[in-house]
Amino acid sequence: MGEDADTRKINHSFLRDHSYVTEADIISTVEFNHTGELLATGDKGGRVVIFQREPESKNEPHSQGEYNVYSTFQSHEPEFDYLKSLEIEEKINKIKWLPQQNAAHSLLSTNDKTIKLWKVTERDKRPEGYNLKDEEGKLKDLSTVTSLQVPVLKPMDLMVEVSPRRIFANGHTYHINSISVNSDCETYMSADDLRINLWHLAITDRSFNIVDIKPANMEDLTEVITASEFHPHHCNLFVYSSSKGSLRLCDMRASALCDKHSKLFEEPEDPSNRSFFSEIISSVSDVKFSHSGRFMLTRDYLTVKVWDLNMETKPIETYQVHDYLRSKLCSLYENDCIFDKFECAWNGSDSVIMTGAYNNFFRMFDRNTKRDVTLEASRESSKPRAILKPRRVCVGGKRRKDDISVDSLDFTKKILHTAWHPAENIIAIAATNNLYIFQDKVNSEMH
Amino acid sequence: MLGKGVKRKREEEEEEDLTSQDWWLEETTPSPNPEEGASPAPLPPSSLFNLSIFKLHHGLRRGEPDLRHLVLVVNTLRRIQSSMALESSPPEPPCPAPVDPLPVAPDAPLCTSVSALLDDLSHIEGLCDTQTSFSEDIPLSRPPETGLDPGRPAPLGSLELLLEDGLEGLFDDIDTSMYDCELWPNLKTDSGETEDKIQGQGLDVSELDYLMDVLVGTQTL
Repeated sequence: MGEDADTRKINHSFLRDHSYVTEADIISTVEFNHTGELLATGDKGGRVVIFQREPESKNEPHSQGEYNVYSTFQSHEPEFDYLKSLEIEEKINKIKWLPQQNAAHSLLSTNDKTIKLWKVTERDKRPEGYNLKDEEGKLKDLSTVTSLQVPVLKPMDLMVEVSPRRIFANGHTYHINSISVNSDCETYMSADDLRINLWHLAITDRSFNIVDIKPANMEDLTEVITASEFHPHHCNLFVYSSSKGSLRLCDMRASALCDKHSKLFEEPEDPSNRSFFSEIISSVSDVKFSHSGRFMLTRDYLTVKVWDLNMETKPIETYQVHDYLRSKLCSLYENDCIFDKFECAWNGSDSVIMTGAYNNFFRMFDRNTKRDVTLEASRESSKPRAILKPRRVCVGGKRRKDDISVDSLDFTKKILHTAWHPAENIIAIAATNNLYIFQDKVNSEMH
Repeated sequence: MLGKGVKRKREEEEEEDLTSQDWWLEETTPSPNPEEGASPAPLPPSSLFNLSIFKLHHGLRRGEPDLRHLVLVVNTLRRIQSSMALESSPPEPPCPAPVDPLPVAPDAPLCTSVSALLDDLSHIEGLCDTQTSFSEDIPLSRPPETGLDPGRPAPLGSLELLLEDGLEGLFDDIDTSMYDCELWPNLKTDSGETEDKIQGQGLDVSELDYLMDVLVGTQTL
């Protein structure tokens, strides 16, 4: 990590809005919509909470651009699979927004088995002056009606209505880990551990299987799909990652079943770092295309890597998230933390990447300056509107004031889900059941 | 999701293994950072093996196993097994493995039991989900915890029982017309009956119903 003075250049102007406590439940996914006006979170209890950014007003400069709750709804309920005698969790695994095509907003939310399309609409007017009904909606006594009137629309308090428009069920045997909307705005894909399906947004009773890595003999199973995403511009291209650390770029034009990849991105194992846990820590937990579509970002247990689509042999950049954990893999295997799945995110200009870590820390890496910073999302360590202070984990040797020792890290406080506003320096961080939204007030434009 | 920590049982092991290097690494490399603050002593392969078996059992006993977690644990087990096989002497004496407290000393008997365990696992992986109700009705003759003690390698029998009890749904399909029904593996029930007769593909629903009734005991063959 760089000197304090340098790391401050990245983060010193971050202000914190305020934290939103979703009291009961752990946040399981966070996603901005395409304009950044809306931010959706899903939680373990199957609820979705949508936040809307307030328009900036000159009258109240302190509250400009803050996010407030816009709508809350129950997306998924716990279900029971009678065939297997198993309960299906209502936890929302992923939310993806559809590009906005009219006044309404639409999003896809999914749990382990079922994807739902929700439509979010606003109602701020209501008709008044019906001829046949009175104000309460009861039918009028016709003998009292002496003249006709034209109903008029009158303003009312804003009401946000959310309705399920499609339910895409029974497409997956295994647990859905990702969904991705295609740039054609007509189709989307859903991936579980062994298969990827392509759906049309308007058709719920069938989907098309495009990837199937289930072996004929289940005893040969050694690899599962961990994440997948459509290319942001080329509607025929998508990528999926595996538990062995490989990425497969597939072209749907090549064949109907994309079991054969067009490109395989894999970095050979570093012999000096080999251990029993090499495979587990190489398992890719998240893959994201850059906004430009030229690069991919992957997260494995200890690193984030940037891949160039034109180079399959190795990533072009590798950033260490928490390399001090490398000597602790045994303990982390014992307590299952080694299986934690962290997400990663690009900023709008693809110049900075972000990912979460333990102890409510999250990390940002500037690809241009090669500087990185560790920040903490917690109410104890920062007050509203305060500037975030860079944190440091010390691994022995000189210890500065406020450094955290590796052995003091709280592994129950993990930041798995993070999101970056598509255009501005605003980030959303989910820390267990708390949502933090940080804004960079000084450098609000992308560099 | 919170509080995943399993209580550390390694204090006694740490005392006994104070001088061990990181020999649980597959290749011998010097300890990378001697300046590090108190890193816990790494586990010997046999303990890692036992821990992995414990995780496998635990994962299989869940209602619906996490496939990624299972695959990663199984692959790690295989790595440990091959590493232990390399270290041990070539001839493999037969089971049972001796019941030693941690750390477990002999590797050769462990190798035998590991390969047998993994063979069993691959049999189990082919289970069809229609045997769900059958598994629930078979009572366990031994407490499942017998096989979960990481202090000794899990004997064959308890693994089978555990897998019978908590396995439904592992590596299997929803039984729809889109998916093939997997083979019925050889299974040992507590009464000792072998389900050889159940093998075969393409069993239809009425045959499966009949077989389930047989197993549950409402019908006799």
